[in-house]
Amino acid sequence: MRNEKTTEEVALGIRRRVFEHSMRNNGGYLSQACSAGEQLAWLYNEELNLGAPTLPMIPKDFAGVPSPSNPDYHTGAGYNGPAAPEFDRLFIAPAHYALVAYATLIEVGRMAPEGLEMFNKDGSSVEMIGAEHSPGMEVHNGTLGIGLSTGAGLAYGRKLRGEPGRTWVFMSDGEVQEGQTWEAVQAAAFHGIDNLYAIMDVNDQQCDGAMDSVMEVGDIKTKFENFGAACIEIDGHDINAMRDAVKEKHDGKPLIILARTNPFHSMSILEERFPRLHYVRFKSEDERARMNTSIAKDLGVDPIDYAH
Amino acid sequence: MVEMVSRPYASAFEKYAAGNKDILCLSADLTSSCEIDGFRDRHPDQFLSMGMAEQNMLSFAGGLGLAGFRPFIHTFGVFMYRRPYDQLMASIAYPRRKVRLMGFLPGVTTPGGMTHQAIEDISVMRSIPNMTILETGDATEVESICEAADSIDGPVWCRVLRGSVPRLFDTPIKVGEMRELSSGDDILVVTSGICTEEAMRARSALQKAGLSIRHLHLHTIKPFDSKALLDHISSVKHGVVTLENHVTEGGIGSLVAETMADAGVGKRLVRLGLKDTYAHGGSRAYLMRYYGLDATAMVRGIEDLMGQEFGITEDDLDTARVEDVHSLVKAEAL
Repeated sequence: MRNEKTTEEVALGIRRRVFEHSMRNNGGYLSQACSAGEQLAWLYNEELNLGAPTLPMIPKDFAGVPSPSNPDYHTGAGYNGPAAPEFDRLFIAPAHYALVAYATLIEVGRMAPEGLEMFNKDGSSVEMIGAEHSPGMEVHNGTLGIGLSTGAGLAYGRKLRGEPGRTWVFMSDGEVQEGQTWEAVQAAAFHGIDNLYAIMDVNDQQCDGAMDSVMEVGDIKTKFENFGAACIEIDGHDINAMRDAVKEKHDGKPLIILARTNPFHSMSILEERFPRLHYVRFKSEDERARMNTSIAKDLGVDPIDYAH
Repeated sequence: MVEMVSRPYASAFEKYAAGNKDILCLSADLTSSCEIDGFRDRHPDQFLSMGMAEQNMLSFAGGLGLAGFRPFIHTFGVFMYRRPYDQLMASIAYPRRKVRLMGFLPGVTTPGGMTHQAIEDISVMRSIPNMTILETGDATEVESICEAADSIDGPVWCRVLRGSVPRLFDTPIKVGEMRELSSGDDILVVTSGICTEEAMRARSALQKAGLSIRHLHLHTIKPFDSKALLDHISSVKHGVVTLENHVTEGGIGSLVAETMADAGVGKRLVRLGLKDTYAHGGSRAYLMRYYGLDATAMVRGIEDLMGQEFGITEDDLDTARVEDVHSLVKAEAL
């Protein structure tokens, strides 16, 4: 279930899929593919210990919300394999990265490419903001800042049950503005939850623009350490650095890997849109065409024929 | 064809607030999504970026209120009460701070799914002492919401529409009143927000079916003029149908039910809205149909009340607006 491609190839594949999707739909979460490509590729392609998917390669339609009258309800976690004791679990804490996460599932053979065609379509489970019934998701995270707390609780519960599997949370740096993130770290440290792992896409961007212009957050590595986590900072485009970072000893503490990233990595023309990178919708046909040509060249593919 | 107004809040807020030094504009990382990016750029001395930290923002606004300011808080409605509910209570509602809570993306007006959809906010706000609740249903109401909210001596919860908004009315919100949109005597229809347009779409087909509809639109949900509603109820023969972009528990359906029960009115009531369910992500038109919030749902509700079918089909309903999910008037596809 792994290593059919190199992690570098998976990261490139993620970006190509997000690029193609965004071109065809006149916009998308392009910058998140730039910043997070290596992190999600590394997690799914080599670091996470996951079983084979338990849900169909082509996602089922939306089948209702949790309720006593919906007994067949299930989340999208089956794309990450079964929730067996030995396997790892992953939450995508910023659910706005869903497009990138879905592309990752396709690249590692956990979802069919048709799944991305269902993105944000009415009646689809492949939702724009990942819902807990969306492929690869297990909990709702569209309200930012709740992912690490849920991860800490799951990790602690699994520890109590003696499960060897780890709990991972993919995070975004904007989440550190929410007080809950800090409450999660202090609780994880206080209770010695060292089977909790987070990798954070530190791209310095949020919806309104550059984080420093919206709300400065200071030295988050020191802050995480002061709140009781083990924290290591790496170049978020350096896969070897991730391989080394996860070896960091963190007895009795959660491990948080800060992956410092470039929001235009591998799509240099996106810098034109700085500081509004959260959701890139093309402002004109001319811009769309220029981005198509430029990004296709960066990614080593032909421009997308989006006219039809 | 109904007139569509682009980003009515953007210009209305700027016109109302700019230069009024007692008004401060607060934002929580959704500045252009709440159409106040132009205000931020042109009036930076009245703008505070609070980051993605709503609990702090609500109590901070309470502090500004204590200092004599009237903060207008802007974020998606759902983020303004679910996480910071305690702060809303202790820092704003109890001490009656003049905080104007501008909640965008009410109900199913967002494809962002459960975490983005404020479906029970009216229920929550109705139960908070000292809270006033206003809801916009068209561009004219969006244009007048700032002045209406700012006239209140205490906190105000506002459901604000954004992006491309239809103009249905030609007079501003008058707090405490209700709009009588048609004056029939068979059935009373009570709607608010985006559901009013849906009920209007159904009106001509219902008329052709021989039904005389009295239609009320509510922009002021709290405080509420019970006597006016009771007068309207006594003017119709058969009963009342409510339709709201909200769960049927605690919203305007409940408001009407409570009013009728309190007065001992023995007429039937059909409450339409989200039926004890969360919604999921999708386009507004899809969600309104899927969850029974549209013109068709109104027709079916009236058939339920009357105990007969009128043979009204989709084609008989006035043309629905078709919205572009990727419209340029929205900051992202949300």
